Amino acid sequence: MAEMMMRDAILTTIRDEMRRDPNVVVLGEDLVGGMGTAGGPEAIGGIWSTSTGLFGEFGADRVIDTPISESAIVGAAGGLALAGKRPVAELMFADFVGVCLDQLWNQMAKFRYMFGGKTTCPAVIRMAYGAGYNAAAQHSQAVYALMTALPGLKVVLPSTPADAKGLLTQAIRDDDPVIFMEHKALYGITGEVPDGDYIIPFAHARLTRAGEDVTIVASGMMLGFAEAAADKLAAEGIGCDVIDLRTTSPLDEEAIIDSVEVTGRLVVVDENPPRCSIAADITALVARRAYASLKAPPEMVTPPHTPIPFARELESAYLPSPDKVEAAVRKTLAWK
Amino acid sequence: MARTKTAKSGAEIATDMHPDLAFQTFTASKDQLLEFYKQMLLIRRFEERAGQLYGLGLIGGFCHLYIGQEAVAVGLQSAITPGKDSVVTGYRDHGHMLLCGIDPKVVMAELTGRAAGISQGKGGSMHMFSVEHGFFGGHGIVGAQVSLGAGLGFAHKYKGDGGIAIAYFGDGAANQGQVYESLNMAELWKLPVIFVIENNQYAMGTAIARASSEVHLYRRGESFRVPGIQVDGMDVLAVRGASEVAIDYVRSGKGPVIMEMMTYRYRGHSMSDPAKYRSKEEVQDMREHNDPIERAKKALEAMGVGEDVLKTIDKDIRTRVSEAADFAEQSPEPDPNELYTDVLVGSY
Repeated sequence: MAEMMMRDAILTTIRDEMRRDPNVVVLGEDLVGGMGTAGGPEAIGGIWSTSTGLFGEFGADRVIDTPISESAIVGAAGGLALAGKRPVAELMFADFVGVCLDQLWNQMAKFRYMFGGKTTCPAVIRMAYGAGYNAAAQHSQAVYALMTALPGLKVVLPSTPADAKGLLTQAIRDDDPVIFMEHKALYGITGEVPDGDYIIPFAHARLTRAGEDVTIVASGMMLGFAEAAADKLAAEGIGCDVIDLRTTSPLDEEAIIDSVEVTGRLVVVDENPPRCSIAADITALVARRAYASLKAPPEMVTPPHTPIPFARELESAYLPSPDKVEAAVRKTLAWK
Repeated sequence: MARTKTAKSGAEIATDMHPDLAFQTFTASKDQLLEFYKQMLLIRRFEERAGQLYGLGLIGGFCHLYIGQEAVAVGLQSAITPGKDSVVTGYRDHGHMLLCGIDPKVVMAELTGRAAGISQGKGGSMHMFSVEHGFFGGHGIVGAQVSLGAGLGFAHKYKGDGGIAIAYFGDGAANQGQVYESLNMAELWKLPVIFVIENNQYAMGTAIARASSEVHLYRRGESFRVPGIQVDGMDVLAVRGASEVAIDYVRSGKGPVIMEMMTYRYRGHSMSDPAKYRSKEEVQDMREHNDPIERAKKALEAMGVGEDVLKTIDKDIRTRVSEAADFAEQSPEPDPNELYTDVLVGSY
């Protein structure tokens, strides 16, 4: 085990997979930067520092600095994957999915199905997502609900450095296209990361707090909010199961249903606006599969159905928070 | 290879350009040059103060400064017709807005996220807009404003109002696909659009030669028959001279033009970019030998403008910028209910 930041867990996982498999290549904007001097002061290593040193070790054939051309970056990743490579492409911000959605949605998500199973598309599209930095409407969005709605993609939301390693290793070795979503607020968090080969299979949710009164489902930055609320409530003797989904597609339905069958109460915390969100999706799942167990209507803690505002106070009001999660838990407990 | 000549600034400027677009350096009167100088200095001082406020934590998020590139927008926007022409740009937008006549106070108050900001504090540095000033944003997604610029040009043509659209974008945005879809449509329909490529040599942190197969970006319209010219964007008089020719061409209905402005930004891509991808010497060399404001100042001095006059100008501009900063710091924050307003014209 080694203690490291999430950004370093991502960087070392990419590096280890590149060492293990010569088919793994990375591409994205400013991964090297400047004039392309290996390892020198001009090397950027991506604005999230998740590519630092890769160019020096693997060279320009495998670490591809792209122009600002998101459609072609994702399209090229699709083509590389069809040809048997394992591209790991980076979108600097998840919002830029808007620029390249066709390549994600109409191309790589559909190749295997519409070609009758004749191909795989083992591409990973990494992207930094999430609000909290006053980056306003076009650089803050959560986006993972939109990605989850697309059949043919897998969607991963790591919440800890260890999970970043285990899930990214699986993503790179996976034969399907994987959207790997990294919350900006989590790049700097630290945690123990297992050494050596470490794989977390998809659709295996993680129980991070155990309790019998309320089930809270959350991932990414929302997980920390859920845990903070659960810890506070635990001091009052209110027990919460906190479930980190890890992947929203495929979804570990059983982990959610098993928990709700014990607690009878559900709170879903989601960074997407409420309509057609992960929160709405899981609420519907529980309504269908665990109706008889419910002791209270499920609660959704989400932003409002608005774009993301710039001003700090408005952005704070926009985002879920530990207090909002706590209030939602109390609401389910108070329901009669 | 494009044929080039060396400009006074030392920049290599292409000479193999469209004959209808041959241009001369503008011959400015003393008053005209003083006005250009004031406008460039206002942008410089405004941006310096924005950088300070960012450093103090009063401005959050992303903030892209225009320092170094002032001559581009001043030379071009001094030649357009206010109230008739339209301007659209990306996220490095503060300078273009000031030149559209927008009050520095409401721009600075937007940067600090206050209710008095031009977007009510909801847009921030990258997302500002004012139809009454002919400024159509302020857009955060690289290249998106170029297609919007084609649409603005279409509207001018459709309305027959004689106006033209100015669509600014950078050398980085020049590699986005929708730029080329827009060039094709603009030429096909002879839209009155000037596509202004502010070539500051770096696409975020990547040198142009590593991001563009054709680094002479004025040639990027060739396969669509869009003519292009390359201009020393560190020389306000060269920009003004080229702009007059381009504006006449576009306004006369001949279709769009690309103006590639050879320029340089002194600061990082944004305030969160330490700009380690280039040497300090490179930036220093540009500042010392090619600064657009210093060049204008020298020309003014040669015209006999005294140091006292220039000092008074600087003092007045500093006062204006300080007033804007004070306003931006002292204005109240938005009402929490503003979170829910203006999502739609209607309501859910």
